Amino acid sequence: ILTVESGASRKRRVHGMLKMYYGMNEEGKADQPDSADPCDINGQNFDPDVYLNKLRRECSLGELMDQEGCMVKQIRSLDSDMQTLVYENYNKFISATDTIRKMKNDFKKMEDEMDCLTTNMAAITEFSASISGTLQDQHTQITKLSGVHSLLRKLQFLFELPARLNKCVELQAYGQAVSAHGRARCVLQQYSHLPSFRGIQDDCLLIMDGLRLQLRQRFRDGGSSAKDLSECVELLLQLDEPAEELCDKFLNHAGARLHLDLTGLETDILEFMDRGCNEFVSSLCLVVTSYQELFVSHAPAGAPGDVPRMASAKLQVFVDELAGRYFSIVERRIQGERGVGDNSLLVRALDRFHRRLQAVSKLLPGSTVPARGTQIVVRAATERVQRYLEALKSFYLDTLTDVRQALAAPRLSVAGGPGGLTPGGGLPDLLASLSASILNQIKAVLASVHLFTAKDITFSNKPYFKGEFCSRGVREDLVVSFIQFICQSSRGFCDSPGDKGGATPPALLLLLSRLCLDYETSTISYILTLTDEQFLVQHHSPVTPVTVLCAEAREAAQRLLNHYVKVQGLIISQMLRKSVETRDWVNTIEPRNVRAVMKRVVEDTTSIDGQVGLLYEEGVRKAHSSDSSKRTFSVYSSSRPQPRYAASYTPSAPMDTNLLSNIHKLFSERIDIFSSVEFNKVSVMTGIIKISLKTFLECVRLRTFGRFGLQQVQVDCHYLQMYLWRFVSDENLAHFLLDEIVGSTAHRCLDPAPMEQSVIEVICERG
Amino acid sequence: MEDDAPVIYGLEFQARALTAQTAETDAIRFLVGTQSLKFDNQIHIIDFDDENNIINKNVLLHQAGEIWNIGASPADKAVLTTCYNKNIATCALCVCVCVCVCVCVCAAACDSRVVSCASVWRMPCDWETGSSHESPDDSAHNPQTLELLCHLNDSAHGNASSVLWEPMGDGKRVISLVDNHALLWDLQESSTQATVSSTVTLEGKGQLKFTVGKWSPHHNCSQLATANDTAIRGWDLRTMSQIYCIENAHGQLVRDLDFNPNRQYYLASCGDDCKVRFWDVRNVQEPVKSLEEHSHWVWSVRYNHSHDQLVLTASSDSRLILSNMVSISSEPFGQLVDDEELSDGEDAQPSDKVKEPLTDSVVSTYEEHEDSVYAAEWSTADPWLFASLSYDGRLVINRVPRALKYRILL
Repeated sequence: ILTVESGASRKRRVHGMLKMYYGMNEEGKADQPDSADPCDINGQNFDPDVYLNKLRRECSLGELMDQEGCMVKQIRSLDSDMQTLVYENYNKFISATDTIRKMKNDFKKMEDEMDCLTTNMAAITEFSASISGTLQDQHTQITKLSGVHSLLRKLQFLFELPARLNKCVELQAYGQAVSAHGRARCVLQQYSHLPSFRGIQDDCLLIMDGLRLQLRQRFRDGGSSAKDLSECVELLLQLDEPAEELCDKFLNHAGARLHLDLTGLETDILEFMDRGCNEFVSSLCLVVTSYQELFVSHAPAGAPGDVPRMASAKLQVFVDELAGRYFSIVERRIQGERGVGDNSLLVRALDRFHRRLQAVSKLLPGSTVPARGTQIVVRAATERVQRYLEALKSFYLDTLTDVRQALAAPRLSVAGGPGGLTPGGGLPDLLASLSASILNQIKAVLASVHLFTAKDITFSNKPYFKGEFCSRGVREDLVVSFIQFICQSSRGFCDSPGDKGGATPPALLLLLSRLCLDYETSTISYILTLTDEQFLVQHHSPVTPVTVLCAEAREAAQRLLNHYVKVQGLIISQMLRKSVETRDWVNTIEPRNVRAVMKRVVEDTTSIDGQVGLLYEEGVRKAHSSDSSKRTFSVYSSSRPQPRYAASYTPSAPMDTNLLSNIHKLFSERIDIFSSVEFNKVSVMTGIIKISLKTFLECVRLRTFGRFGLQQVQVDCHYLQMYLWRFVSDENLAHFLLDEIVGSTAHRCLDPAPMEQSVIEVICERG
Repeated sequence: MEDDAPVIYGLEFQARALTAQTAETDAIRFLVGTQSLKFDNQIHIIDFDDENNIINKNVLLHQAGEIWNIGASPADKAVLTTCYNKNIATCALCVCVCVCVCVCVCAAACDSRVVSCASVWRMPCDWETGSSHESPDDSAHNPQTLELLCHLNDSAHGNASSVLWEPMGDGKRVISLVDNHALLWDLQESSTQATVSSTVTLEGKGQLKFTVGKWSPHHNCSQLATANDTAIRGWDLRTMSQIYCIENAHGQLVRDLDFNPNRQYYLASCGDDCKVRFWDVRNVQEPVKSLEEHSHWVWSVRYNHSHDQLVLTASSDSRLILSNMVSISSEPFGQLVDDEELSDGEDAQPSDKVKEPLTDSVVSTYEEHEDSVYAAEWSTADPWLFASLSYDGRLVINRVPRALKYRILL
């Protein structure tokens, strides 16, 4: 271990010595405390005595012996190192001395060559000076000659100018002529005091005048294209013609040509728009660009500063006037587009129209043309919506007419229909097809209108089409209006003055009532949701809420149903009334059977019941007083005291009837005859029966009866009771009214002898 | 401002005929005719004491038959007309016997008929004094009988349905409606003799019958309006020719008519379609106004005699409805007057503004009846009072609500 250590330290020592030799002290501060140690044998402050003393004090003899051996070894190696170094250095000194001696010889040689070079250079300088001195004269002569040459060329151009201009005019290369003249003009102007140049200038001016005339002529003739025209104008401008006059003329010509484009635009709308856009708008754009290039952006040099302004003002007026004309034609054309069949054509046409106008807006940023174009599109769209509303309305009315016809020929439709077994069996089918066809039509219309807001249509981005068109136009003016129209027209059926003739078939009333009710429950909200979804309506302005429409539809349904009840009630009433009014009740014969009218009434009621049942639910009845056996008379006769008639008709007690019926009335609610009904079958039937029986009652009160008259009424009422109870919600109501009828008849009877209940029953059983 | 409760009076018999005593302008008095097939019919003279809210009644016997229509002379308090049914039941017993043998023969042989007649009557002169001192329970007392002045019967014609007095006339002219004829009678020698001066006959298909008629108080009482089935016709009594015809005035039978007392061309009608309609007879295509408040047939419509915006209708839904038809009355239509008043100075008075909007509306619905109401009449003495009569014999006297009364007056 020690040897390794000492090896390492020796190495360090050698390094240290080398470093000292090269005068570098990189050991730094870290070594300084070590070097202060007097015992460090390699340190600067090494004190041999201290070290020796320390060794002697600390180490044993063996160790000292080792130390000594080691020391000797080190000293020996150091000596040999030293010898090697000295030897090496000596060799290097010798070689260095040799090199220096060689260099000394080389430098002497170089000095000689430099001296030689200097003398050579001096000779060269001398030669060069002499050569340039001899060439001086010739150089100036050549410069002069080349100047003369170019001048001569210019002069030649000037002299040839008239001829060249003539040639150009002949060849109609006006552009070249003008540019040539332009180049020569200044020079000619400058040297015009020289007679020869003056001649040339005069010639040129003459030719140019001719040229100008020719150009004007061509300009006036209108040229063949806008490009030709603009070329003409450009040349004329370069010839310093007055800009204002040119503006006017230019616009005149362009206008004439554009008017030509406008006339003769009469075909199918898309083609019309195409032609309008391609011919008119694009040539308008062309005119505008060339005009702007000519007069506005490259204002002619030396022209007064307000020329661009004047020019653009003129252009504005010109464009406005032309566009106005174009728009009026377009608008007329769009209005002519009345058919509602295919909307896409119109929308595409409008789109194209709008797109093209955008180009104008890019060209003329301040122009009102695009705005007016947009207005036209908006107007067209709103008008379209209006027209669709009309179409929907007429479609609705047509469908109603169809339904009417189908109702008028029920047999036919029943025979055709697979499931139609009873008369009017087609009602639910009719209802379904009616509502489906209306819904389909609405959807179709919505789809058509939707085209206006399609993504690929440029104007669909306009705020109008995003907002107002959807909410105001489509939702309110189209969908809501249509629903309101349905309700209104439905109400119209109820207000028809000819109640008597029954202008509207009752079945239609029933059908429409159900339709309106369906609308109230689901269809309206469905349609509106559909609209809102399709058009992403954002309601900026207040819109008609669904509830209001529903309420309206419900009201319409209610009125229709009430009217239905009324009409049907009146039909039956009419029968009953005629039957009571036309008979001589005093001198009638003893009843043998139920009168045919009553059978007819029951039949009609049954068929109405069937009809209503097809469209409306059963509804709730008041609890029956007994079970189904009630179809027999027992109910009728047992539900009220048998001896009542007998008691009330006794002459001795005239007050009794009053009293009895009054008491009865005290305990029964007041019956509203023509009142609102609920949306179910029972309520409808109750309404109809109420109306019929009340009529019966009032008619009976206006007549005077004989004994058999009373008995006949008894039989009739009993028969009605037998068959009508099942239709009404509260059979007591029917009982009450029928009792009233019989009671009133008894009052109006000269000889009130009621029939035996059992006999009545037998007669009624017999039919 | 509590309104007075209605006053109710009950008759023993069923009744349809009601009229105010037209010639009486001081006492509030109504005449009611009863309908009974078995007993002697009566005419009840109902006196209403407005201050004490008490009814006084007097009963006169009308033995001729059940009364369908009653009319009071505009000139003589004591004179009245009735239309009544006379039963000519000849051999009821015979019918009973031969029922089983030969019904047809018996029925032909024992013809029992009901004939409607019209007559002019005079009340006994002491009916008022005779009863006023005695106890109100007069029914036990033997009532006096009407004195027959003359029959308005013409053998050539059939059943009379109603008799109309010349409005505001001298009590000398009446019109009776008999089937499809309107007969104009001249009453002579204090109404004891009547002669037909002229007739109007309605020609047409089927059995036509005048259901109701009304003598117009305008144009010097030269016009008559009649109703048959759904049509209303106007007649000129001088030439006895038709002057207008409102076809299909109602969907169903027309039940009653009344002329606006102040606007000569305005006519109200009501009928079985539950509607009350107001017509300008110069334009018969469309009604001026149409009301549908009742839930059954409307049997009677009456304009108030002085304030023609008040219209009374009676219906077989047992209700009586008083409507305020401002927009078609002779009164200036609310706002104009009020605007002028407002501009006079007190512009923003809230009380005036509340008063302003008087619109057509139902003033009130009276539900005191429990049976069909067939007749309603305004009192001739008190313009704010009216009576209504239902089939069960209940007479109800009501007043126009005070609030409305003051609004009309002030």
